[in-house]
Amino acid sequence: MRPILLQGHERSLTQIKYNRDGDLIFSTAKDQIVSVWYSANGERLGTYSGHQGALWTVDVNPTTTLLATGAADNTIKIWDVQTGRCLKTWDFPTAVKRVEFSEDGTLLLAVTEMRMGYLGTVVVFPIVNDVNAPQADTPVLRITFEQSKGTVAAWSALNKHIVVGHEDGSVSLYDSKTGEQLANEQIHEPDMLITDIQMAPDRTYFVTASKDKSAKLVETSTLKVLKTYATDTPLNSAAITAKKDFVILGGGQEARDVTTTSAREGRFEARFFHKIFEDEIGRVRGHFGPLNTVACHPQGTGYASGGEDGYVRVHHFDQPYFDFMYEVEKMTRNQQIV
Amino acid sequence: MAPSRDYDEDENIDFSDLVEQFEVRLDEGLDKFVVVDGCPIVTDEQKPKLIKVLCKRLGEAGRINVDGIFMPVDDATGKTSGYCFLEYDTPEQALAACKRLNGLPLDKKHTLWINKLTDIEQYGREGRIQEEFVPPPEKQFEEQEHLRSWLSDPQARDQFAMYRGDHVGVFWNKKKDAPEPAVDREHWTESFIQWSPQGTFLTSIHAQGVQLWGGPSWKRIRRFAHPAVNLVDFSPNEGYLVTWSHRPIQIPEILPPNFPLSADEDGKNFIIWDVKTGKVVRSFASIDEPETPGPEKGRKKIQWPSFKWSSDDKYVARCVPGQAIQVYETPSMTLLGKKSIKIEGVVDFEWQPAIPTTGKGKPQTEQLFAYWTPEMNNQTARAGLMSIPSKEIVRTRNLVNVSDCKLHWQNGGKYLCVKVDRHTKTKKSNYTSLEFFRVTEKDIPVEIVELKQVVVNFAWEPKGDRFVFITIDEAIAGAAVAPKTNIHFYAPEKTKSGAIGEFSCVKIVEKKNHNAIYWSPRGRIVVVATVHSQQSFDLDFYDFDFEGEKQKQEHAAPGKELAANLLLMATGEHYGVTDVEWDPTGRYVATSASAWKQQSENGYHLFDFKGAVLREEPIDRFKQFLWRPRPPSLLSKEEMKKIRKNLREYSKVFDEEDELEATMANKEVVEYRMRLLTEWRNWRERVTEELMIDREAYGWKPPVEEEPIEDGEVVEEIVEEVIMETEEEVE
Repeated sequence: MRPILLQGHERSLTQIKYNRDGDLIFSTAKDQIVSVWYSANGERLGTYSGHQGALWTVDVNPTTTLLATGAADNTIKIWDVQTGRCLKTWDFPTAVKRVEFSEDGTLLLAVTEMRMGYLGTVVVFPIVNDVNAPQADTPVLRITFEQSKGTVAAWSALNKHIVVGHEDGSVSLYDSKTGEQLANEQIHEPDMLITDIQMAPDRTYFVTASKDKSAKLVETSTLKVLKTYATDTPLNSAAITAKKDFVILGGGQEARDVTTTSAREGRFEARFFHKIFEDEIGRVRGHFGPLNTVACHPQGTGYASGGEDGYVRVHHFDQPYFDFMYEVEKMTRNQQIV
Repeated sequence: MAPSRDYDEDENIDFSDLVEQFEVRLDEGLDKFVVVDGCPIVTDEQKPKLIKVLCKRLGEAGRINVDGIFMPVDDATGKTSGYCFLEYDTPEQALAACKRLNGLPLDKKHTLWINKLTDIEQYGREGRIQEEFVPPPEKQFEEQEHLRSWLSDPQARDQFAMYRGDHVGVFWNKKKDAPEPAVDREHWTESFIQWSPQGTFLTSIHAQGVQLWGGPSWKRIRRFAHPAVNLVDFSPNEGYLVTWSHRPIQIPEILPPNFPLSADEDGKNFIIWDVKTGKVVRSFASIDEPETPGPEKGRKKIQWPSFKWSSDDKYVARCVPGQAIQVYETPSMTLLGKKSIKIEGVVDFEWQPAIPTTGKGKPQTEQLFAYWTPEMNNQTARAGLMSIPSKEIVRTRNLVNVSDCKLHWQNGGKYLCVKVDRHTKTKKSNYTSLEFFRVTEKDIPVEIVELKQVVVNFAWEPKGDRFVFITIDEAIAGAAVAPKTNIHFYAPEKTKSGAIGEFSCVKIVEKKNHNAIYWSPRGRIVVVATVHSQQSFDLDFYDFDFEGEKQKQEHAAPGKELAANLLLMATGEHYGVTDVEWDPTGRYVATSASAWKQQSENGYHLFDFKGAVLREEPIDRFKQFLWRPRPPSLLSKEEMKKIRKNLREYSKVFDEEDELEATMANKEVVEYRMRLLTEWRNWRERVTEELMIDREAYGWKPPVEEEPIEDGEVVEEIVEEVIMETEEEVE
């Protein structure tokens, strides 16, 4: 598995997304540039420039026509994927930490930072999937966090709910129509920031990553923890692989702590865990800073990781990856064939 | 208004207990009086003489009013009754007399017991003491738990204790697999844990004192109340316990009920306890040492253990630096021969850890200790051996140019190595010589190994005749890197008679960073390690009796053969290792990185004796890893020999058991995974179905089915490469 190193960014990566077909990779970094790459060979297709601050987040709609980005310049921008034209800019009082299109692409959620007297919020905008149509100016929903601010958020299936990961290690479920909080569960250690939430393909469960050095697989409708993946390092990102039952976790000693501790490896590795058995299966080295984001190819043929070191590493899985199977998985597969 | 009830004034309520409790005790003027019991019974004529003696002895606590002495004479016999009343000047003096002089030996036959007169009144008042003796009810015999039950583990596994975070647990060693907990408790100790030397008790340390735990249920066996205790130490046979606190014990003047300590302990730092009864045997104050000058000023360093035990628990001794060694006899805890042994200048001493059973000299019957004195008053430094209880010096050796000495006994007591750090006459450079006392041979001959460098660490092979030491290169002034170290391996030469020949170098490994030596408790294997280091953290496993090809002995004298075949078996590493410990059977080595000494990557690693890693477990806030010691084997030499002879058969059985366990475990794992997989698939099925129903209800079309891309999509990539670019000028 020889990775392709994407050296287009000059500062640390913040988020990576594959489009639905998996042929394109969108990446954001603190250098104010959004890049788009061919996933097959790592060639850069182009950039979207216009933001005035570090970019925190990116998402592409299901038809790969619209791109949403959120940045530290307190704006969300909608771009025409094909031409790189900025279609819409929404201004906020604080930075935007996370954006995500809903399953059908008709809604966009965004998480805004709590700062300078403003509370953290989640806002939802309606989206018209047409590069020439005007977009709405005001959100249809605004959820304000009175207690612990939200750090990440994601859509459930059928746009029914919004799942929010909080700074205090809890996850809550909101009704996406009313904004009412339906549930709140302390699934990670108290006061351990949740750094990432990524949905499974059908959005019935999701994986969380936390600074408490663990990742959890959670059922969306009940917020029940299904699986726990324990590691020895703070995690920044977690992704669920398609095709194989794995999760990929990324993290590492925080950059600011590296110099204060030993000069030894800071565990800057992508870790593969078996989704069902919770065992660690393997690690992929390569980054020389903590992994800030990992993303899986929607067809499960590869993954990409972005690090504090400013590089994106795109991996295509080899045949042995697909052949690898636990004894019990082989047994049951044979049974199913019979 | 609250409901009220008229109380009948005459109603007989017995509140005498309250009256007694809160009764104001008027100063009766009797506080100055004490009752002295245990006086010799004398005739009227001898009385003045006795009174004089008593006044002299008891005058220590304060001034005695001579006229106020009342010693009743029994009219029937014309003799005194063996007690008298004394009056001191002040109540404080009387109290001091009770505290300090109670139990004062007057002569061989008589011991004085002093009590306050008011106490006699208070406790001996009529009705308080029953006239007739009622024997205390005999307690039913209660079967106690077997304190050594862990030794009867059918697989002879060893236990270890781990202290991490706030939890202390005892675990069975399961080699590669996660250790099986025997017990795990939160906040079991407040500072650290310690095993007793034979593994019977686990010691926990608290602000109030020390507690011992044991038996299969891990219940509390004993508690020893020593406020603000800092350190504990056991006697080798677990008969006694020494506790120490840097704060002198303060005993309140009026003892609360059930107070575990008595006035004797006031101002003391050390307490020696009887482990079986839990009672104080004797307490001691610290010896005030002159404060060390320099940066350590004001912080006194304690040498621990301060009280050192002879191998049979019979004697305990401590050193009064520069002056003497105090040897106390158990169980009376009195000074041997009522005197401390004066050894001018004495710095340190060390008991012989065991009495050797073999040897050509006459069999040793007494306990030995080694000591050393520095150069002083035109006298050379000296190392000596003293025999106890006869206090006879059996051997001394004069040493010159000594800066420091360390005493290293071989654990069988067969040899003593005195590591003498010396300086050249100009005091510019330092070097070390090792002086070996062969205790079991006639007249205790001394053999010397002289070195050009300083020895920083020395270790005997347990029960063996070989040793390893580490020398350090001279530090280069201003260099950032620590000086390199060299590892020296020594063994005796083989002789025809079978006697132990001269010690000779087997091998020197140069330019290493190692600083610590850990011998297997069974000998033969030694681990040389670098601990407490930021830069290196390697472990080398050496076998002294490699059974394969003969290794070259380049340092042996020509024509001599050494009793060793040394081989480096394996090297390992453990980042940030601070502690290395062999299990008591010599089968495993645990290395740990303790959060007390460094912050990153705390946890432990487990190696087998060959140096292969069995298990690595990082644990946050990991503090201590301690193997549970084992008591000495009960098997006789013949029985051991028999086992060794039939080892192959035994190991076959164990191998089979291991294999069985492995397959069982495998089966369990497979079943467990099977269950997980089925659960997961069932859950998925249910959720997918629910989602489908929901979708229809919402009127959503089924999601765009991902068309399976068979054989992968073909991505056509057109790469244009400029191979050559030439520029031609065309006219």
